[in-house]
Amino acid sequence: MRQISVKEVEKTIYESFLKANTELPEDIAKALHCARDKETNELAKFALDTIIENAKIAKDNKWPMCQDTGMAVVFLEVGQEIAFIDGDINKAINNGVRKAYDDGGFRASVADPLTRKNTRDNTPAVIHYEIIPGNELRITVAPKGFGSENMSKTYMLNPTSSKEEIIKIVVDTVKEAGGKPCPPIIVGLGIGGTMEKATYIAKKALLRDLDKANEDPEIACLERQLLNAINNSMVGVQGFGGINTALGVSILTFPTHIAGLPIAINIQCHAARHYTKVL
Amino acid sequence: MKIKLPLKTKDIEKLKVGDIVYLTGDIYTARDAAHKKLISSDNMPLDLKNQTIYYVGPCPAPKDHIIGSAGPTTSARMDVFTKRLLELGLKGMIGKGPRSPEIVESIKEYKAIYFVTIGGAGAFLAEKIKEIVEVAYLDLGAESIKKLTVKEFPVIVAVDSRGDDLFA
Repeated sequence: MRQISVKEVEKTIYESFLKANTELPEDIAKALHCARDKETNELAKFALDTIIENAKIAKDNKWPMCQDTGMAVVFLEVGQEIAFIDGDINKAINNGVRKAYDDGGFRASVADPLTRKNTRDNTPAVIHYEIIPGNELRITVAPKGFGSENMSKTYMLNPTSSKEEIIKIVVDTVKEAGGKPCPPIIVGLGIGGTMEKATYIAKKALLRDLDKANEDPEIACLERQLLNAINNSMVGVQGFGGINTALGVSILTFPTHIAGLPIAINIQCHAARHYTKVL
Repeated sequence: MKIKLPLKTKDIEKLKVGDIVYLTGDIYTARDAAHKKLISSDNMPLDLKNQTIYYVGPCPAPKDHIIGSAGPTTSARMDVFTKRLLELGLKGMIGKGPRSPEIVESIKEYKAIYFVTIGGAGAFLAEKIKEIVEVAYLDLGAESIKKLTVKEFPVIVAVDSRGDDLFA
């Protein structure tokens, strides 16, 4: 067994959220510049220039790029040969989140769902665990803003639904969201499994680098088809029109029941923040 | 185009959908929780006449600064509260994304104006904010009502006083 102190996990969570909220991942920054080069709509150009300058200001000053520093989503892929020592792993993760949001000057955006009383420290985090072979611990943090989360949808389609129907339902979701989720967006699509499995893999799909496609060529083809269809919708940057509604579409699939076809569409704003570290 | 706040009728009338405008003067912050409180209040904590509301819940101020990241939140969530505020004299709103057809109609009826600014550009926009004063509902934390003094704060006209809509 490999022993890992939960103190080390706490430190990693702390550093990762500080970084994720202030530094845009390289692939997203590149995609924004590329979108700016192709853009012809004047208001969309104005918006992209502002977004690009904003990322620079945030990185240089270590300020959060968006005031919605999100709900703290954490993915832990835990090698099965690992034993956590020195305390409670869930508490350690939440301690890391609490300290990062306090020290980073990030907004406390988490409240009781019914009383709406703010927890004041952005905890609890949403924590997902997976057991993997080996002795490595892979920690990914993904602060998720709710302008885009609110526009996400889950559908339980019929098993006989065609690819065209899937494309239509995704494009309709993006059109209905319009400028609300801060386009250019990234669309994470979870296809298959059960209802909760579809939403989980949709969120995980958002963690993939934009320059990488799904390994299955047929699914990669569907990703390209969807990206084209979404960008043909002309919702555009911030809903101003133009050709840059989405920077990417990322699909993950899982086998499903013969009676159904769950589809989860997780919308991500252009501030697509995530950071991974392997211990 | 540069405009001084509070908004004057002649300024509102000359603005058209798609115009890029730089605002200087005072605006008030209010988002979901503050709107809910405002419209059910018997004792309004501020006079909204001719004022402009910015839909924002800023980050805490970093060291040596007066405010943290402060970009717009989604305006559509405020739609259910907006008509009441327009009745009370509100003239300007700043947020992101489209409004409901009912609110576009109300903006026309009350000769008001809806601006958008750039969602996800909170660090950039914070630099345009020069003063901040807490006004009401401090218990709401980031969602409290604050008076912000802004200088050349960039916005785009999204619904003008004729009811023309950038997103329609």
